[in-house]
Amino acid sequence: MGFVRNFPAISILICMFAAIISSGLPRKAARLLNTLVILAVFGLSLTTFIGCLQLGEPVVYVMGIFPAPWGNEIRFGVLESGMALFFSIIMLLSIWGGRHKMKDEVARDKEFLYYVFINLLFSSLLALVYTNDLFTAYVFVEINTISACGLIVIRENGRTIEAGVRYMIMSLLGSGLLLLGIMMTYDITGHLLMSNIKEAVGGIVSSGESLVPLVVTIALLTTGLCIKSALFPFHSWLPDAYGYSTVSSAAILSSLVSKGYIFLLIKIFYRVIGFDTVKSSRLLNVLFVFGLIAMISGSVSAIRENDIRRMIAFSSIAQIGYIYMGFGMGTRAGMVASIFHILSHAATKSMLFISAIGLTDVSHGSRHFIDLTGSAHRNKIAGIGFLTGSLSMVGIPLFSGFISKLQFMDAAVSLTYAKMLPALIVLGISTILNAIYFMKTVLRIYMPIEKLGANRAQADVVTNTVATPQRMGINGVVIEKERITLREEKLYGFVIHLFVILNIALGVCSNTILDWIRAGIDMFS
Amino acid sequence: MTQDEINEMLKAKEPNTVVNDEKPVKKSGFKSWYEGENDILYSNLKMKRAYEDHIKKEPTLKEHEIEVAKVRYDVFDVRKNTELKAFNWVYKVSAVLFCVALALALVFTVSYLPPVGDPGTPANSSIVEQRYIENGLTETGAVNIVSGIILTYRAFDTFGETNVLFIATCCVMCMLLIDEKILKAHKDTDSKYETKRDDILMMTAKVLCPIIFIFGIYVILNGQLSPGGGFSGGAIMGAGMILFVSAFGFTKTQRFFDETVYKIAKITALCMYGLIGSYFYLTGANGINNHIPLGIPGHILSGGIILPIDIAVGIEVACTMYAFYALFRRGGL
Repeated sequence: MGFVRNFPAISILICMFAAIISSGLPRKAARLLNTLVILAVFGLSLTTFIGCLQLGEPVVYVMGIFPAPWGNEIRFGVLESGMALFFSIIMLLSIWGGRHKMKDEVARDKEFLYYVFINLLFSSLLALVYTNDLFTAYVFVEINTISACGLIVIRENGRTIEAGVRYMIMSLLGSGLLLLGIMMTYDITGHLLMSNIKEAVGGIVSSGESLVPLVVTIALLTTGLCIKSALFPFHSWLPDAYGYSTVSSAAILSSLVSKGYIFLLIKIFYRVIGFDTVKSSRLLNVLFVFGLIAMISGSVSAIRENDIRRMIAFSSIAQIGYIYMGFGMGTRAGMVASIFHILSHAATKSMLFISAIGLTDVSHGSRHFIDLTGSAHRNKIAGIGFLTGSLSMVGIPLFSGFISKLQFMDAAVSLTYAKMLPALIVLGISTILNAIYFMKTVLRIYMPIEKLGANRAQADVVTNTVATPQRMGINGVVIEKERITLREEKLYGFVIHLFVILNIALGVCSNTILDWIRAGIDMFS
Repeated sequence: MTQDEINEMLKAKEPNTVVNDEKPVKKSGFKSWYEGENDILYSNLKMKRAYEDHIKKEPTLKEHEIEVAKVRYDVFDVRKNTELKAFNWVYKVSAVLFCVALALALVFTVSYLPPVGDPGTPANSSIVEQRYIENGLTETGAVNIVSGIILTYRAFDTFGETNVLFIATCCVMCMLLIDEKILKAHKDTDSKYETKRDDILMMTAKVLCPIIFIFGIYVILNGQLSPGGGFSGGAIMGAGMILFVSAFGFTKTQRFFDETVYKIAKITALCMYGLIGSYFYLTGANGINNHIPLGIPGHILSGGIILPIDIAVGIEVACTMYAFYALFRRGGL
C-alpha cells in the first residue's frame, strides 16, 4: 500500500484547499481549478481503490501523531474508496453537463461561489465516506448541508429561495436529531470513534443496561439521516429543491448529497451500532414500511406531475424508497442490493436531469409536457440520454436499473412471508408505475414532428395560460433555440455519451461490481 | 363592491343596442300617421314601438345576492382558503403533537441515561479523557487543555468547523452581495435615514475600540495558556470592528478593510491553517518527525501548532463576524 495510504486524506484536503483558494479567484480560474481538483480526486481514488482490492483488508489512517481514540482517524476499504471513485465520476459529469446552462442560471459575478460550494461539498462527501469518527462525520454533515443550501439558492429566483429555505429547515432538523443521537451515544458509551463505540454497544447489549437509550439513539441517528435523505414522510422539500435549482445542482443533490447521508447511515448500522443490534431493535421494520410507501407514493406523484424536472424529482423519492426497503429487509443480500441501487440511481438520476435540460432548451425553455412534444427530434443526444435513463429506471435488461431490481427481488425471496410478499408486490406495482410515467414522457418527446402542426395551436394556448417563470434567463432574456445539434454542444454531448456508457457498464459488468460490494461490506465491519 | 357597481355590471350584460331589421316600407303619409310611425308636426321623426328588449329588468334582491356571492367567491378564492385554513389547523395541531411526543420521548430517555457528574459513567471514565488530562500538557505543550484537544488532538475536526464558518459567509454573500458599482450608484438606500456621526457613539467607540482589539489579540495569543483561543478572540475582534463601523460608517472602515483586504485575510488565514494542518497530519500519519517545537509550557511561544492555528482561526472568525454584519446591513463589505 505504501504511500497510497495517504491518498484519501490528501483528496479531502485538496478539495478544501481548492474551495478556499477559489473564493478569491475569477470565474474561469475557479472553474478550471474545480475541474482539475475533481480529476485529481478521481485519480487518487482510483489508485486507492486498486490498492484496497490488492490488499484485501481495511486500512486505518491516523490524521496526526495521536492514535485513534484520541486523535482523528479515517478508515477505508474497497467500498469506501470505490464510493469515492464513483462520486468523483458523477460529480465531474454533472458539472460538465450543466456547464452550458451556467450563464443563464447563475449571475456572472457570483459564479466563483458556485465552485466554492461544489469543492466544499465534495470534500464533505469524501470525508463522510472515509471517516471513522462520529463527530468528524457531524462536522462534515454541517458543511454538506450549508453548501447544498448554497447550491440551491445561487440561482436567485423566488422559487429557489423558497426551496432553499425549506431544504435548510428540514435539513437542520435532521442535523439536530443526528447531533442528539451522537450526544446520547457518547453519554452511554464514552466514545466518538466508531470501532470503540461498537465494542461498548456490544457490552451494553450483553449486560442489558441502558438499553432504552440505545434504542432511542439508534432511532435518532436513523431519523436524522432519513430526513436529510428524504425518506417518505420527510420528502416534501425535495421536489422544489431538485426541480428549480440549476441543472448541475439538481444532478448533484439528487445523486450525491442524499447518497452521502445514506452511506453514513450504512456506516452507522455496520460500524457504530452493529447490524445485528440494529436488526434486533426492530427499527429496520419501520424503514421497510416507509420504504414501501415511498416507492408507491413517489411514483404516483410523479405520474400526476406536469413538469418534467419535478417529475424526475418525485421519481427520486420512489428510488430512495427502494434503498430503504433494501435496508429494511435486514439481510446482507438486501444491503448489497441497496448499495448497488445507490450506484445505479446516482448514475441514472443525474443523467435524467441533464438530458431533461437539453429537452427543455429546445422547447422555448418550458418544462411542461405539452411543449416537450417531439423535442427529442430537435435535440437528439438529449433524447438518447433521456431514453437510456428511462429504460434504466424502469428496469430493462442491459441497463443498471435492471440489475438493482433483480437484486432486490433476489433478496426478497429469501425473507419470511410477512416481508417477502409486500416487498415483491410493491416492487411489481412500482415497476409498472415507473413504466407509466417514464414511457409517457419518452413517447411524448419522440412524437413525430409531422403531427406537431396540429397540436401546436393547442400547445400555444396552454403555455400561455400556465405561468412559466423558467422561460426567462437570469437577465430576463428569453432563451429561444429551435434545435440543438451535437456540434454546438460538444461537451454536453460528450457527457451524455459517458453517462450512457457508465449506465450500460453498471448493467453489464454487474457481477464484478456486486463482488466488490460484497467484499466491501465484509471489510466494513 | 357597492350596490351601484353591481347594478352597472348587470346592466352591461344586457344588450343595449337593438338592430332594427324591418325594411323601410313606403307608406302613405296618412297611413303612417295613423299607425303612429310618423307625425305631421315633426315630419320625418320615426316613432318606434316599445320593444320588450328595451324594458330594463331590475335584478331581484335574491339574484343580486347570488351575484354578490359569486363575485366574492371568485375574488377571495373561498374554496382554496377553506382548504388552506383546514390545512393550517391540522398542521399546527400535528406540529404541537409531534413536538410534545418528541419531548416526552427524550425526557423518558434521559431518565435512563447515566447520572450527570458520576465518576463511574462511561463518558467520565473512558481512556480518552484520562490521556487528555494526564498527558495533555506534555504531548501538546498547552496549559489550556481545551485548546490542546481541539487544535492538536482533533485538529482535523476544527479545520472542518472553521470551514463551516467560511461556507456560511459564502452562502450569505451568495444571497446578499451586491456589486460595489451598483451600491455606489444607488445612494438612496435605507442607510441614508440612519443617524450619522452620533457624538456619544463616536466618543465611546474611540475609547472602546482599541481596548477591544487589544483584548481580542490577547485572547487569541493566549489561547494555549488561558481560556480563550481563536474562536473567542476572533469573535471579540469582530465585535470591535462592528462597533467601529456603526460609529464611523462604512466609508471610513473601507480605508483599511474593504473586499480585497477581506479576501486576502480570509484566504491567507484559512490556507495557513490548512497548510499547518496538512503538514501535521501527513507527517504524523507516516511516522515522520514534524519539527514543530512544543516550547516550554506556560510561555507565550509554546504549544506547537496551537499558536499559529489560533491566529488563523482568529482572523477567519473576525472576518466572518464583520462580513455577516456588513452584508446584512449594506449588501457589501
